[in-house]
Amino acid sequence: MAYVAIADRDHALHDPQTFITKYIWSQDHKVIAIQYAVTAIGIGLVALGLSVLMRLQLGFPHAFSLIAPGNYLQFITMHGMIMVIYLLTALFLGGFGNYLIPLMCGARDMVFPYMNMLSYWVYLLAVLVLVAAFFVPGGPTGAGWTLYPPQAVLPGTPGASWGIVLMLVSLGIFIVAFTMGGLNYVTTVLQARCRGMTFLRMPLSVWGIFMATILGLLAFPALLVSAVMMTLDSLLGTSFFLPAVVSMGQPATHNGGSPLLFQHLFWFFGHPEVYIVALPAFGIVSDLLSTHARRHIFGYRMMVWALLAIGCLSFVVWAHHMYVSGMNPYFGFFFATTTLIIAVPTAIKVYNWVLTLWRGDIHFTVPMLFAIGFIFSFINGGLTGLFLGNVTVDVPLSATYFVVGHFHMVMGVSPILVVFGAIYHWYPKISGRMLNDTLGRIHFWVTFLGTYAIYLPMHYLGILGIPRRYYAFGGTTFIPPSAQWANVGITVAALIVAAAQLVFLFNLIWSLTHGKPAGSNPWRATTLEWQTPDTPPKHGNWGSKLPVVYRWAYDYSVPGAKEDFIPQNVPPDEAPGAPAPAAAHGA
Amino acid sequence: MPLAIALVLLVLGTVLFHFLSPWWFTPIASNWKMMDDTVNITFVVTGIVFVAINLFMAFVVFRYRHRRGQQADYRPENKKLEWWLTIGTSVGIAAMLAPGLFVWAKFVTVPREATVVEAMGQQWTWSYRFPGKDGVLGATDAKLITPDNPFGIDPKDPKGADDVLISSPELHLPINEPVRMVLRSTDVNHQFAVPQFRVKMDLVPGMVTYFWLTPTRTGRFDVLCEQLCGMAHFAMRGRVVVDDGKTFQTWLSNQPTFSQTTARPAANAAAGQALYTVCSACHGPQGEGNRALNAPKLSQQAPWYLAKQLQNFKQGVRGADNRDIYAKTMVPMAATLADDTAIANVVAYIHSLPDDAPPATLVGDPARGKSLYATCAQCHGAGGEGIWTTHAPRLAHMSDWYLARQLQNFRQGIRGLHSQDFYGAEMSLMSQVLPDDQAVNDLVAYIQTLGHTLGEEHVASAR
Repeated sequence: MAYVAIADRDHALHDPQTFITKYIWSQDHKVIAIQYAVTAIGIGLVALGLSVLMRLQLGFPHAFSLIAPGNYLQFITMHGMIMVIYLLTALFLGGFGNYLIPLMCGARDMVFPYMNMLSYWVYLLAVLVLVAAFFVPGGPTGAGWTLYPPQAVLPGTPGASWGIVLMLVSLGIFIVAFTMGGLNYVTTVLQARCRGMTFLRMPLSVWGIFMATILGLLAFPALLVSAVMMTLDSLLGTSFFLPAVVSMGQPATHNGGSPLLFQHLFWFFGHPEVYIVALPAFGIVSDLLSTHARRHIFGYRMMVWALLAIGCLSFVVWAHHMYVSGMNPYFGFFFATTTLIIAVPTAIKVYNWVLTLWRGDIHFTVPMLFAIGFIFSFINGGLTGLFLGNVTVDVPLSATYFVVGHFHMVMGVSPILVVFGAIYHWYPKISGRMLNDTLGRIHFWVTFLGTYAIYLPMHYLGILGIPRRYYAFGGTTFIPPSAQWANVGITVAALIVAAAQLVFLFNLIWSLTHGKPAGSNPWRATTLEWQTPDTPPKHGNWGSKLPVVYRWAYDYSVPGAKEDFIPQNVPPDEAPGAPAPAAAHGA
Repeated sequence: MPLAIALVLLVLGTVLFHFLSPWWFTPIASNWKMMDDTVNITFVVTGIVFVAINLFMAFVVFRYRHRRGQQADYRPENKKLEWWLTIGTSVGIAAMLAPGLFVWAKFVTVPREATVVEAMGQQWTWSYRFPGKDGVLGATDAKLITPDNPFGIDPKDPKGADDVLISSPELHLPINEPVRMVLRSTDVNHQFAVPQFRVKMDLVPGMVTYFWLTPTRTGRFDVLCEQLCGMAHFAMRGRVVVDDGKTFQTWLSNQPTFSQTTARPAANAAAGQALYTVCSACHGPQGEGNRALNAPKLSQQAPWYLAKQLQNFKQGVRGADNRDIYAKTMVPMAATLADDTAIANVVAYIHSLPDDAPPATLVGDPARGKSLYATCAQCHGAGGEGIWTTHAPRLAHMSDWYLARQLQNFRQGIRGLHSQDFYGAEMSLMSQVLPDDQAVNDLVAYIQTLGHTLGEEHVASAR
């Protein structure tokens, strides 16, 4: 560990001099994290607004003449893509990854600060290109967030000329931004940990973000090449994904391409993408649970191995999204098996979260409420994943509202509850002030109960056979009128949940100036970010001397210790009591 | 404390919802009951886990809530417990996976005796093909698709000659006979899904996909497209009618083969002219239409569309609703056309009539109509020229008052609700985007401004 942080060596190189270099063209990972987070939340609000419009159409069909069938498809497409990529991926990695990695690892900054800054600005460009699609002729693409060709680039789909190209270009730019950020996060974790911060002493937040970033670096290239190929198909008339077709009565000029090739490439990215969002959430929620239950995470090493196992397995399950895609059905055997195997490490994580609470000293702070809410939502969403991963069970349920309910519980509600919990948890460090507790509790209860009211009924509508991505259902022989009541109820719940997010936004802004001063470690947490000499941490994070780590991240309620937590940088001789077990000192 | 209660209530509520919810599988109509069984097994296993973990968590949240003087237990690992949980989970997973794979093995094994039926999807409708006496479907190619050969069957392939063509979204299947559904798309991805059959599969252009089933219950079932296929995805409906064997055979024998459809004599406009004298009384000698007699302009409407509507009038598909008084007057008129040849002839004559722009009779705001027309353009074409593959007739330079009236009829369910009027049903779904009468007038006012974009090419494609 003879390593000297790069920030120590070239300190003057990027020390901020002016307002612009400090807050705009900043190379400070904390400022970049906030830039990422604010941008991601901003574009996420657009996606939230789109979902409100969708729900209005579904709850009260045709009552809103501004929503035509094509618009509806544009809304679902942009909602899905924004939420998955531009909000969740960017917020977890660009936001939390940027803020937490250097602080939790005891580094002064990311190892490539300039590239880190570029990463944000390129991400912002990707967002702007995405938003530009709303203002071009034909509007944004309505191909669904999966962008399946041929329909994504053929007439009959909204935005098949301009919209889809802007979407693909924006994704390409996003991937450039992600790669610059991602290489930074990985390198920082590998190279810039402070003295004593061994791998098996790292907080699970860092582990989760680290693994997710590696997944992203391996998975996004598949999306990049498919985006490039589809752009060529669309603009230059190549035929990567387009066979000979008759489009709107006219023979198209394409020949010989394979629509299924795109689906394989897309889901080779798309399934790891689920874990790119999930793993940081897993990691962060582990730290929230441990801190607020005043108890070590249960089975830390198992948790790390589970993260690694999930990460590896996530690359061999992609075709479970394609059981009824027309690929050779024999693939079903393989992908159903791998998919259900991935449930084992995932279940271990759930057990260990609950067992962390067991025999704990649970403080029902707002971050803790969100963390426990996450466990409930994730159990629900994870278990319905066992339906859809198991090929035979998937067939009748695929493409129905069961799928919508499943992935919103597992990939929407669950990670977003962690995001909220994490913001309530780290806001005091970021701003120096606490968020308002009462508003936080209102936000939690409405969001937690409201989202369940939205998505639980959807599963049953799906079992009935109601297909997703339908603008309206019209007359059928099998959908009873009661299904429409369900849609009205879901829409009302969605409107309430959406309104609750305004409470959260208000809290974020109001508490910046009116929140209770937080002090440096309001949650009495062990991890390094709470041990900085200043709150909020200044540029360079640690003042004149880097911290040294002597223990794992979870020395809570150590028997015999004076306090119920021992920070990672407290030497053994200053904290009497039982030493952390071998595991914690390991590696 | 509130959280523990909330967790218990959520678990109870979920279980109650599960048993009391009015929404569950539709009564099954195929041999795939074992798919329902695997779903039920999965519900039992996951249900137990859901209840057990969440109730345990509620207990933990209650029991270990913070109280003064409480200290958390410090024991970072418990190898034995972790291993037991891992093994227990693996057993549960295997209990769900094994039956799933067992059923899947049946899914991938099509019975030898299964007969072949092809479902063909296109934006945004279905049609079907039976292999005929030789039991083999003829070769197809998307490049061969024309209004006269909508299936794109290769005329050089002798196996295609006896293929039976169903140019309607309604498919009949015999009960208790295994069917191998082979699926083909001519444009984008679709999915052939009948909720009561449970099994479904995507249609992918450029390849042929399949699944199999045995219908086990007679009745009429909705065919839905469940792979997003563009703007009218939600309106892409079809129907499967499961008949007893005899009824099925009768139905099948009444459907034309490919060689029969190609052997039809060319339409004779001269013969059609004589027939048209009946029509001209109302529609005018030039097919120009007559507002006073409620007769729309016919000239340069797409021949396939005129023929289809004449058949609809003859068969009572159109004019079925008593409120549709003008269609009712057409029914006896259409009956004067003896057969399909007569219809083809009169349509051929109408097609030879000149294309004069009808006078505008409505007042509306074309600017507002233009934004409404964005939806219509997907099927009817940006210039209102009509597109034969979407079964959408020409709108540009047709009688504006007639368009408005038909839109109102679709909106009010006067037209498009007959069980055989699939394209009308699509239109009645689409017409719901027009919120009020003013929207109808604005839209038609915009359509009146089209017309000048109608070129040779559009007329050709309309054929």
